[in-house]
Amino acid sequence: MSTLAPPVVKGTRSANSGGRSGSLGWLVLPALLFFVTFGVVPLFGVLFLSFTRWDGIGAIHPDGLNAWRSVLGDPQLLHSLGVTFLIMILSWLVQTPASLLLGTFLAGHQRYRGFLAVLYFIPLLLSSAAIAITWKALLDPNFGLGAGLGLSFLQQDWLGKDTLAVGVVVFIVSWQFIPFHSLIYQGGVRQIPRSIYEAAEIVGAGRLRQFFSITLPQLKYTIITSSTLMVVGSLTFFDLIFVLTAGGPGDATRVLALDMYKRGFMANLMGPASAIAVILVLVGLGIALGLRRLGGTDQTDSMLEGA
Amino acid sequence: MAVTTPPAPTRPSRPTSTAGGTSTAAKLLRLNWIGGIAGWVWLVVGMLPIYWIVISSFKSQSNFFATNPLLPPDEWTLDSYRLVIESDFVRYFGNSVVVTVGAIVPAVLISFMAAFAIVRGGNGWFLRLSNSLFLMGLAIPLQAVIIPVYLIIIRLRLYDTLTAMILPSIAFAIPLSVLVLSNFIRDVPRELFESMRLDGCSEWGTMWRLAFPLTRPALVTVTIYNALGVWNNFLLPLILTQNPDRRTLPLALWTFQGQYGVNVPAVLASVVLTTLPILVFYAVGRRQLLSGLTAGFGK
Repeated sequence: MSTLAPPVVKGTRSANSGGRSGSLGWLVLPALLFFVTFGVVPLFGVLFLSFTRWDGIGAIHPDGLNAWRSVLGDPQLLHSLGVTFLIMILSWLVQTPASLLLGTFLAGHQRYRGFLAVLYFIPLLLSSAAIAITWKALLDPNFGLGAGLGLSFLQQDWLGKDTLAVGVVVFIVSWQFIPFHSLIYQGGVRQIPRSIYEAAEIVGAGRLRQFFSITLPQLKYTIITSSTLMVVGSLTFFDLIFVLTAGGPGDATRVLALDMYKRGFMANLMGPASAIAVILVLVGLGIALGLRRLGGTDQTDSMLEGA
Repeated sequence: MAVTTPPAPTRPSRPTSTAGGTSTAAKLLRLNWIGGIAGWVWLVVGMLPIYWIVISSFKSQSNFFATNPLLPPDEWTLDSYRLVIESDFVRYFGNSVVVTVGAIVPAVLISFMAAFAIVRGGNGWFLRLSNSLFLMGLAIPLQAVIIPVYLIIIRLRLYDTLTAMILPSIAFAIPLSVLVLSNFIRDVPRELFESMRLDGCSEWGTMWRLAFPLTRPALVTVTIYNALGVWNNFLLPLILTQNPDRRTLPLALWTFQGQYGVNVPAVLASVVLTTLPILVFYAVGRRQLLSGLTAGFGK
């Protein structure tokens, strides 16, 4: 992220040149039309719907604060928030060190590492539905990997016990996304000037020392970017959990997005479901802004200018 | 720029540093064993399930339960694939192609137009506002707005059609596409635009004849990245369709799984068939795909 500086210069330059062509505005209209219709309007729509009663088929009735009252008064909300944050934090804790390590490793230019990278990224291509289905079969206590290999510790009812199920979700999420974050770190590491390492070597700093004193601090903005994506992304683990456990066993993996789906499209209570969607948006925005603040203001500026 | 970041930048400086002394290079190799171990461990963790999917999909159902899950089948069979293809797979595949192409082609074109206007259109409030709106859009998850999207689709009388999945897919492909493309167009040397203008070319002509060809790498990246997202989307078909004939592949996978239950090889064969087109893409356009995956973030 620190390298966002160059675009800033170019940005101001082209802005100066573009003064005369103010009539290009209409070129934005098609994109704007689509985005406003299916992005901006729904964002306000979901807030509006949270003050209504609607079964998803019939007419929409204004309902005051009833939906909010029922959602906020329901212990299910706290539970879903808890599960969401638990999965968020655990998957961050697993993914970040692993991605940093792999990203640093992949940043080397050796040929075999490039080859490894090609293979690493295959999980990224699979749909969450495919991944969930695969792991469900692999972890099946009777027919899965554990039974096939006769390894009893693998032969657990992985998706049938509360804590195990949460662990499995965290593991699969990590399996799916560690390659992606490694890729981000790979890019970050490659942008660190070699000269810093050369200086460190002259002073006689070891590899580990170099990692902690140079690589890690230099990657500050990359870490923030990657963490933001991880954390905000974890709010949207819907398809994976839906196919894997459908929120179960019991409600053990019923994250916010799943809670919204179940209330809205299974119990036909669109009002409360919309209220949860609003909470989902607020949590996501809150975290994203918080993490951005962590990165300092310079990042925000260059983000906006660069774009 | 965001697009070309991951590979090149520091590459040229590398040889000089290793040339600095063979002892340094040797030290680097020797001491990076933690990363090395992690790298090879991850290869096993990452690839084992993939390997297992592929070999298991060629096992017969009885063979699947009888053999070691990590060994290739005693007898390779295509029965599972036959079963999946007979179960309307071709139709779901077709639906996925229609939805993906139908969403991505217009999405990329209108995003390109918007990006061009944002870069070349000066500092008017309208373009600035549009740009901010698109940037804000990066933070809106589809799930959070799926209920109003569902309502809009019903009101447009599009429920249970392929168009119902196409329209929101276009909208949600726009923010990142505009960001990546406008970053790229900004890198086109100003002199080129100037010379087009001196030649009497309109902005419209400049856009298609100068900016479009020059932006091709970014266009490819954005296309592949968005296509992957639409191809794998599960939520839109789940919410916006009902008729089995309208299913796209990810949703069909889910129903296959319910339908075949313990016939694991068949389920896995459907996973393979669903992923195959993307793998082909990956083999062909790996570089663009990988830079696409981190587009807008790598920088």
